[in-house]
Amino acid sequence: MPPRTGRYVSDKKIDMKSLLRLLKYVYRIYHMRLFVVLVCIIVSAVSNVIVNSYMARLIDSVIVPGISSGLASVYVSLMKIIMTMAFIDVLGVLGASIYPQIMAVVGQGTIKHLRDDMFDNMETLPIRFFDSHTHGEIMSTYTNDVDTIRMLVGQSIPQLIQSVMSISVMIITMLNYSIWLSLVVAAVIYLMFTITKKFGGKSARYMKAQQMSLAKEEGFIEEMMEGMKVVKVFNHEEQAKIDFDRVNEQLFNDSNMANSTANMLMPILGNVGNIMYVLLAIVGGLLVVANVRNLTLTGFSPISIGVIISFLALSRQLSQTVSQISMQVSTVAMALAGSDRVFALIDEKSEEDEGYVMLVNAYKDENGEIHECEEKTGLWAWKHYHAQSDHSTTYVELKGDIQMVDVDFAYEPDKQVLYDISLYAHPGQKIAFVGATGAGKTTITNLINRFYDIPDGKIRYDGININKIKKPDLRRSLGMVLQDVNLFTGTVMDNIRYGKLDASDEECIAAAKLANADDFIRRLPDGYDTMLTGNGSQLSQGQRQLISIARAAVADPPVMILDEATSSIDTRTEALVQKGMDNLMKGRTVFVIAHRLSTVRNSDAIMVLDHGRIIERGTHDQLLDMKGTYYQLYTGAFELE
Amino acid sequence: MIKILIDKIGEYRKETILTPLFMVGEVALETLIPTIMAMLIDEMTGESMEPVIRYGSILLVLALLSLTCGAFSARFGAKASTGFAKNLRKDLFYKVQDFSFEDIDKFSSSSLVTRLTNDVSQIQMAFQMLIRMAVRTPLMLVFSVIMAFRINHQMSMIFLAIIPVLGIGLYVIFQTAHPIFKRIFKKYDALNNSVQENVAGIRVVKSFVREDYEIEKFNKASEEVRSDFTRAERVLALNNPLQMLCIKTAKELICYFGAVIIIQSAATQLTTGQLSSLISYGVQVLVSMMMLSMVFIQISFSAEAASRICEVLTHKPSLVSPENGVKEVKDGSIVFDNVSFSYGAHASRDALSDIDLDIASGQTVGILGSTGSSKTTLIQLISRLYDASKGTVYVGGVDVRKYDLVTLRDAVSVVLQKNILFSGTIKDNLRWGNKDASDEEIERVCRLAQADEFIQQMPDKYDTMLTQGGTNVSGGQKQRLCIARALLKKPKILILDDSTSAVDTRTDALIRQAFREEIPDTTKIIIAQRVSSIEDADQIIVLDSGKIVERGNHEELMKLGGIYAEIYESQTKGKEEN
Repeated sequence: MPPRTGRYVSDKKIDMKSLLRLLKYVYRIYHMRLFVVLVCIIVSAVSNVIVNSYMARLIDSVIVPGISSGLASVYVSLMKIIMTMAFIDVLGVLGASIYPQIMAVVGQGTIKHLRDDMFDNMETLPIRFFDSHTHGEIMSTYTNDVDTIRMLVGQSIPQLIQSVMSISVMIITMLNYSIWLSLVVAAVIYLMFTITKKFGGKSARYMKAQQMSLAKEEGFIEEMMEGMKVVKVFNHEEQAKIDFDRVNEQLFNDSNMANSTANMLMPILGNVGNIMYVLLAIVGGLLVVANVRNLTLTGFSPISIGVIISFLALSRQLSQTVSQISMQVSTVAMALAGSDRVFALIDEKSEEDEGYVMLVNAYKDENGEIHECEEKTGLWAWKHYHAQSDHSTTYVELKGDIQMVDVDFAYEPDKQVLYDISLYAHPGQKIAFVGATGAGKTTITNLINRFYDIPDGKIRYDGININKIKKPDLRRSLGMVLQDVNLFTGTVMDNIRYGKLDASDEECIAAAKLANADDFIRRLPDGYDTMLTGNGSQLSQGQRQLISIARAAVADPPVMILDEATSSIDTRTEALVQKGMDNLMKGRTVFVIAHRLSTVRNSDAIMVLDHGRIIERGTHDQLLDMKGTYYQLYTGAFELE
Repeated sequence: MIKILIDKIGEYRKETILTPLFMVGEVALETLIPTIMAMLIDEMTGESMEPVIRYGSILLVLALLSLTCGAFSARFGAKASTGFAKNLRKDLFYKVQDFSFEDIDKFSSSSLVTRLTNDVSQIQMAFQMLIRMAVRTPLMLVFSVIMAFRINHQMSMIFLAIIPVLGIGLYVIFQTAHPIFKRIFKKYDALNNSVQENVAGIRVVKSFVREDYEIEKFNKASEEVRSDFTRAERVLALNNPLQMLCIKTAKELICYFGAVIIIQSAATQLTTGQLSSLISYGVQVLVSMMMLSMVFIQISFSAEAASRICEVLTHKPSLVSPENGVKEVKDGSIVFDNVSFSYGAHASRDALSDIDLDIASGQTVGILGSTGSSKTTLIQLISRLYDASKGTVYVGGVDVRKYDLVTLRDAVSVVLQKNILFSGTIKDNLRWGNKDASDEEIERVCRLAQADEFIQQMPDKYDTMLTQGGTNVSGGQKQRLCIARALLKKPKILILDDSTSAVDTRTDALIRQAFREEIPDTTKIIIAQRVSSIEDADQIIVLDSGKIVERGNHEELMKLGGIYAEIYESQTKGKEEN
């Protein structure tokens, strides 16, 4: 196996690139909707601010003169202002009603597209990708990382747009009231951002520490829960408690710090806002008292109490908006990291396939020549179009003849795992690989079905260079049964049918009988309709292997690879399965890997592998006569695993 | 359930009480501040700075106080909630330590992991919310209403009229959304599950060329999740207009009536400053309502996690050590007297039925049988990992149920089939058997288990670090380490449950020879697939479907010509030919 490289995104500095890409991604799918959203947000934000400016007008031009001249004289303008405010508010509410509805569609739609893109691409990735990343890591991209994007698109972005819009309008309005006072506000807002940045950095450090001790704690818990029975057998409970307390205390300390810092931000910013209010009142008061000429965007004008009051109200709103933005900072940062990983998975390079030889249904005419046909005939042929030479098409019957010539292989450039592997498997032969873990047995099978690729021409299938065969067609002609059985959520029948999607129930049952699985399946609560969940966790390892054999049997491929396929089946049951397997293998080329030598004894050829080289080859009897490694293995003088 | 959880606050009671108290202070100040601001505005005439300075300094003091309260509430809140989570995890972990095998099977280790990690985190968040937000928002609501009333009764009626409208609206929205959310979380889990299966089973997918099939399946499932989630979110998004509508209406009404009142009373009943504070109180009241409903939702979401945790905390271990249990195991003799066993009351058939066994101290017993013949079940009754459903198991002449559990399990050492080594050094792992064992003692048992040789070849010898699950040693090495670990206990009975399957036959024989020579008085029970591992045992038992079908020594069983003889033939056939 190649080494795990860890995260497919290194801890490089997070930049805005992936955020930009995400926005483009959303824009590409939903540009019309986004436009409407933007308009709605702007309308709602602007209306909010404008309404407030009418408050000043209400006081200055209705209430103040009204007090001296009576209600009747100002009633018309009162109604006028109230109606205008109401009108603007209706617009604002309308905007605020429409955009969340659209954003629900956009947010969920975006993550559906992202998920689908991730999954679609993931399915095309080479096995190397899956071997070099932990499952938890890939899963976390689908769950945690996508979730951060959902938060960003659905909540943070609209809120940020709204905040920015509001702030811009507020700033303009403020400048319009008084540039002097605006300078005070600018200074305080700058202070608020500085605090956020400082606190944000501190809190990010604590968060990281918290994440690390959380991971440590979870690891500890996982290990202990998995090993709980061992703990019991050794009366190790008290020691486990002591160890746990240590890890638990560490997590407490770190998460206490992280949470404290995060909780503090709001009260601090809120009160900085309050202090700004006081500052403004003082400066404003001084301006009025000293009768300083007020500078606004439109020039000099006298400063009035009404202006100061409105300004104060605006400044409160502004500081609250800035606090809201600060609260979004961590969400945005998390989404940045998340979208980095999501796009990395979408961009991950697909498995290359330059093959063009296809597997087709065929029939033989009276002259024994092979022709392609649509319907299933039971006869398959390789359709080989010679693009380089004469543009002719030849058909080669699918027989299952495999040839390897001087195959070398390395998962990583300087760590060779296979040396000079040559072998010839005639159709219908059974070839076995024997050797210690890491000797390269599984690697050989990884090369035959092109889970990993090697340079041209070293492996030939029915005489055709396998690099020329389309990967899906090649794999369809090879059946695999692996030691680690993977079953899918669904019924037992569904799982067997996975081998051949159009197989009838009868075909599936016949395959199960062949694998000696029929018996136990019928004894399951719902027989063949029993639902399997969690990788068939309700079955024993041996039973799962039997189902996976049945699954391969129903696919009926000419070549089979059995990689420790019966390792968890006891010898008596194996003997029973063996009969079925022998039936299954009849007329097929079979590659068998097993550490139990009884499984490989009747092979046509046994290859003993050691550190990537074939050190002995021959039939069981020939190898025993050689009195070499195989003989030692067989007599038990050598340890395999 | 709530009482159980409250108990876990433990030593963080002080913080748990102080957090809401400081929160009260913070909220009180926050509501007071706008009033003072209103006073400032009212007295700011532009003639003198005196009122500005006076109210300004009051405001500054209040802001600092509010900051102090806020900071303390933040700190205590964090400490209380993380401390609460710490205690919760601790009690859960301790509780699980008391679980029997049956309890562990019942909960499954992966579900226990979820309960100790995710569920606790969820409760922690809910708890923090409870002592901070759930205090803050209703207080904010109440204070704001009170302040508004102090300013002007008539005007405050406007809020009182709008609150129920908002309340009912919110209630309807959440009632509609909640069941949808509950349903989709299941679909969402299924979606993630299918990713998981594809990642784990990618070799199967690729070798059967099922990529397109899987993609189609996934896209369909993800579309379902999308449309359901969108629907639920759209319902929830109705909050926004509802809230805006209520706030805006309140504001307009306040402006209108406020202006009229001010003008008519010539600013005696209401001032302009008070008008603007009324508006901000109004907004605060309605926003608090919204927040309150959010808090309520969040907390109710965590109810399920809480009930899962309580399930563990209140679970009565199915197997407990008796009071004043027997503290000494006399010898290694074992007797099964008509023992039957079934896993749970609902199991359709007994896993073991009518087992009678008599094993003298120091004997070696081999057990053979196919998968599912309950070999493991049988030996687990000896150290009382499970209790027999019928009949009695005696160890050293005493009913196992009468022993103090620790005493019994120290005397009976089991090497489980599912071997587990833990992350740590080899020595750390071996010391599980006896934490006070000397280095010499450790090396001695390793020589017995034929493990010393390969350990000596490792770079750090006995201090070599093992990874989680011991993945950096081979299967055979792992098994030998596990045997050594069990030997370190100096048990009276040693049980090997298929523990030498990956060890080569020669080493296997050496281990058995060492057992014979070095620990002759220890009763040894060996379960094996390989006949050679047990052929020289004093007594061989063949199990089939939970019943003893053959027993005797090698010669007797061969003479019998039953299952044992058949297996023996099949495993040795090849060798004799040569």
